[in-house]
Amino acid sequence: MNHILEELRETGRATLYPGKTKISIGLATCGRAAGADRVYEAVCRFLAERSLDWTVTQVGCLGFCTKEPLVMVHVPGNPRFVYGPVNPDDVSQFLEFTLAGRVEGELLLGRIDEDYNLMLDEKVSLLDSGVQKDSRGDREGWEELPLLSEIPFYRRQVRVALRNCGLIDPFSLAEYVARGGYQALALVLKEMTPEDVVDLVFDSGLRGRGGAGFLTGRKWAAARSAPGPVKYLVCNADEGDPGAYMDRSILEGDPFSVLEGMTIGAYAIGAKEGYIYVRDEYPLAVATFQEAVRQAEGNGLLGENIFDTGFTFRVHLVRGAGAFVCGEETALLASIEGSRGEPRPRPPYPVEKGLWGRPTCINNVETWASVPPIVCRGPAWYRALCWSPRASAGTKVFSVVGQVKHTGLVEVPLGVTLSEIVHEIAGGPRGGVGIKAVQTGGPSGGCIPASMFHLPVDFETLTEAGSIMGSGGFVVMDEATCMVDIARYFLEFTLGESCGKCSTCREGLLQMHHLLEKITQGEGTVADLSTLRELAWLVREGSLCGLGKTAPNPVLSTLNHFRDEYLAHVREKRCPAGVCRALISFYIVQEECTGCQTCLEECLAGAISFHSDGYCLIDEEKCVKCGTCADVCPAGAVRCR
Amino acid sequence: MSDLKSDDLLKKSEANPAGVQGLSGEVSERLPGGAVLEALFSLQRREGYLSEEGLSYLSSQLGIPLSQIYGVATFYNAFSLVPRGRHQVCVCYGTACHVRGARSILERLERELGVKSGETTPDRKFSLHLVRCVGSCSLAPVVMVDGRVRGRLKVDQIPQLLIGYE
Repeated sequence: MNHILEELRETGRATLYPGKTKISIGLATCGRAAGADRVYEAVCRFLAERSLDWTVTQVGCLGFCTKEPLVMVHVPGNPRFVYGPVNPDDVSQFLEFTLAGRVEGELLLGRIDEDYNLMLDEKVSLLDSGVQKDSRGDREGWEELPLLSEIPFYRRQVRVALRNCGLIDPFSLAEYVARGGYQALALVLKEMTPEDVVDLVFDSGLRGRGGAGFLTGRKWAAARSAPGPVKYLVCNADEGDPGAYMDRSILEGDPFSVLEGMTIGAYAIGAKEGYIYVRDEYPLAVATFQEAVRQAEGNGLLGENIFDTGFTFRVHLVRGAGAFVCGEETALLASIEGSRGEPRPRPPYPVEKGLWGRPTCINNVETWASVPPIVCRGPAWYRALCWSPRASAGTKVFSVVGQVKHTGLVEVPLGVTLSEIVHEIAGGPRGGVGIKAVQTGGPSGGCIPASMFHLPVDFETLTEAGSIMGSGGFVVMDEATCMVDIARYFLEFTLGESCGKCSTCREGLLQMHHLLEKITQGEGTVADLSTLRELAWLVREGSLCGLGKTAPNPVLSTLNHFRDEYLAHVREKRCPAGVCRALISFYIVQEECTGCQTCLEECLAGAISFHSDGYCLIDEEKCVKCGTCADVCPAGAVRCR
Repeated sequence: MSDLKSDDLLKKSEANPAGVQGLSGEVSERLPGGAVLEALFSLQRREGYLSEEGLSYLSSQLGIPLSQIYGVATFYNAFSLVPRGRHQVCVCYGTACHVRGARSILERLERELGVKSGETTPDRKFSLHLVRCVGSCSLAPVVMVDGRVRGRLKVDQIPQLLIGYE
C-alpha cells in the first residue's frame, strides 16, 4: 500500500512546489462570486501574451473571504505572498510587479514562509525548498512584511478541518496525499482493529460539528455494536443554516479529507456503503466531491479491496432538493430513500434503525474532515487543542459574517471568547455604528448580546446563554439591525421550512409569525409579548424534531435580551434601529443635499422631487420606505427617523 | 473559460446524472438511494418543469404510485410544477444577506423584471426565486443567476446583472 501513496506524494510535491513561479487563485464559490474566475482568465491571458512559463492553479477558499478574490504568488526561494482583493482589471499591473521582482504592497495581506503539514507535524520551508532560485534573485526587504499567520485574522486560528483549504488544488488527490493525506487510513487499515479506531475517536472527545454536539465516538460505538450484517454511513452535507458555509468550503477546497474520514468511519463501524447528501444550492461542491470519489476509486483508495487489505467501501452522492428540514437526520434518511423529507420520532435512533431500517451512522462534513488528523496525531493532541476547561475538545470552524469588517471562515480552538472572534479576528464593526449582538446557530439558535461577549465559545456556555453553537454560523448584528425584525425573519424562515407534520410547529409558528408581523407593523400590544412566550413553549414541547423544538429560540432569546426593543415597538410605536418600515420615515437634510438627484432617479415609488432651491424632497405619502435613496445618496443626506 | 477544471466538471455533472432512462430496469427490491430525486431533477432539466405527463411516466418507470411522486415533487423547493423561465434568478435570503439589505435587492429585481418572487416573466426569460442561503454569506448580499453567484451587490447594480441573457 505504501508505494501507491509514495507515488502520489511525489506527484503532489511536484505540483505543490513546481520549481517555478506559481500563481494560486481561490476559486471556491465565494471567490467566484467576487470575480475570481475573471481573475483566473486574466492571469492566463497575461501569461500567454508574455509567453511566461509559470504555473497557474486553482485552490479552495483560504477563509479570508472579505478580501476575495485572493491570489497567492510563490517565486521559488521566496515566501509565498498572499494578495487580496485582486480586481480582474488590475491583474496585468499586479503581475508586472511580480515580474519585476517587487511586492504589491497595497494588496498584500501577508507572507507565508513555510507550509505546515498538520498530519505529520512537519514544516516545509518555502525559502530553501531545494529548488533553483528565480533568476531575478531574491525579493528585497520582505522580512519587513507581515507574516500571514500573525495578522489579526489568522493569529488565533488553528486550522485542523481547514488544514488544506486554500493551499491545495481540490481536484488533485496527489496534492492531498503530499500534505499527509491517507496516512491516517493507511495506519488504520494496517495496524488498528475497528474497535481501536472507535476507542481512539471516543478518547479524542470529538463531538459532532453539525449542531447537536453528540459525542462522535459514542455514536460510532453504538453503530459498531448494532446487530446485523448491513450498515450504512452517511455524510450530512445539507448545510441549511443560513449564515453557515464551512461545509461548502471544505467540500470545495478539500474533498478528500471528508472522503478519507468517511472511509475510516466505515472501517470502524463495519459499513460497506456510504452516502453523502449535498444541498442542491451547492453545485460546485457536488461536482468537486464527485471528482474526488472518481479519483479515489481510480487509485484504489475507495471501492473494492482498499489498499489491498480486502476492505471495501463505496460512496454515493445524493443531491438534496432544497428543503431545510432535510438537515435533520431522520428527514435526511427519508429523503435519500426517495420519500418526502419528513422527520420521524426518535428512538429508534439511526444508529439502531436508519437507512432502509439498517444501523446508520450520520456525521456532518466538518466532523468527517476532522477524523484523519485525530488518527494521525492522537486523541491527546486533539483534546489539548481546546482552551475551554469544559467538556469540549478540539477546534471549530465558524463563519463570521454580517456587520463586521472581516467576514470569513475562521477555525479556532473551542474556548476562545466571542469578543476575540468578533472584535479581534473579524475586526469589529464594519459600519459607523456599534455591534449589538451575534446570532449563532441559525434558525435554531439565538442572539447573544454584546454584553455577554466575554463568554467562551463552547457547546455548554452558548446553550446557557440562550443560544446554541449549532453548525457555527455567527451573524454579527449592529445598531442598525432590528432584533424584532430578526425574530420575525427567522420565524418566516422556519414557518416556510416546517414540513407540516406536527400541528404545533405548523400552526404555532404561523400564529407567532402573525404576532411578530403585527408588532413590526406598529400594531402590537404588551400582551402580545406574553402570548409569544406561551406559544413558544407550546411549539417547543409539542413538536417532534429539532426544527420545531428550536424554532422559538430566536424569539425567546431576543425577548430575553432585547425586551426594550420590543417595548419600543409596542408602546412607543418606534423602531430604534430604523428597520421596520411602518414605524419609520425618511427625510433629506436640505443643507447636506448636493442636488445630484441620484435618489430621484433610483426611487421606485416616484416619491422624490427636486426643489428649485437645489435640493431633493421626499413625499411621505408616496414613500414606500425601501431605503434605496439612503443607500445611493453619495452625500449621506438621507436620514431615517 | 480557458482550462478551469471545475467548470468542465460543473457542466458534466449537470449533463449526465443517473437520468430517467438510466433508471429503467434497475427496479429491484428497492430503488438506489437518491434515485427518485435524481429522476425528478432529470425530468425538470429536460422539460424545464415537472409536467403531469412526465410525472406519470416516472411513476410507471420507477414503479411508484403517482400520488407518492407528486408528494415528493411538491415537498422540495427545487421542483416546479409550472413552466419556468429560461434563466433562474435566485435572491439569497439568508441571515447575512437579510442583515445587509437583501430586501432592497429583491424589490429592485421585482421592479426590473415586473414579477414577484416565485413568478416568471411573460416572455419566459427569467424566473425570480427567493432561496435560503447559497453559502456565500461573507459577500452578502448575493444573487445567483443560473448557478453563478454574484456578491457584494448594490441596488443600482441590479439592471447590469440581467444583461447578457437570451
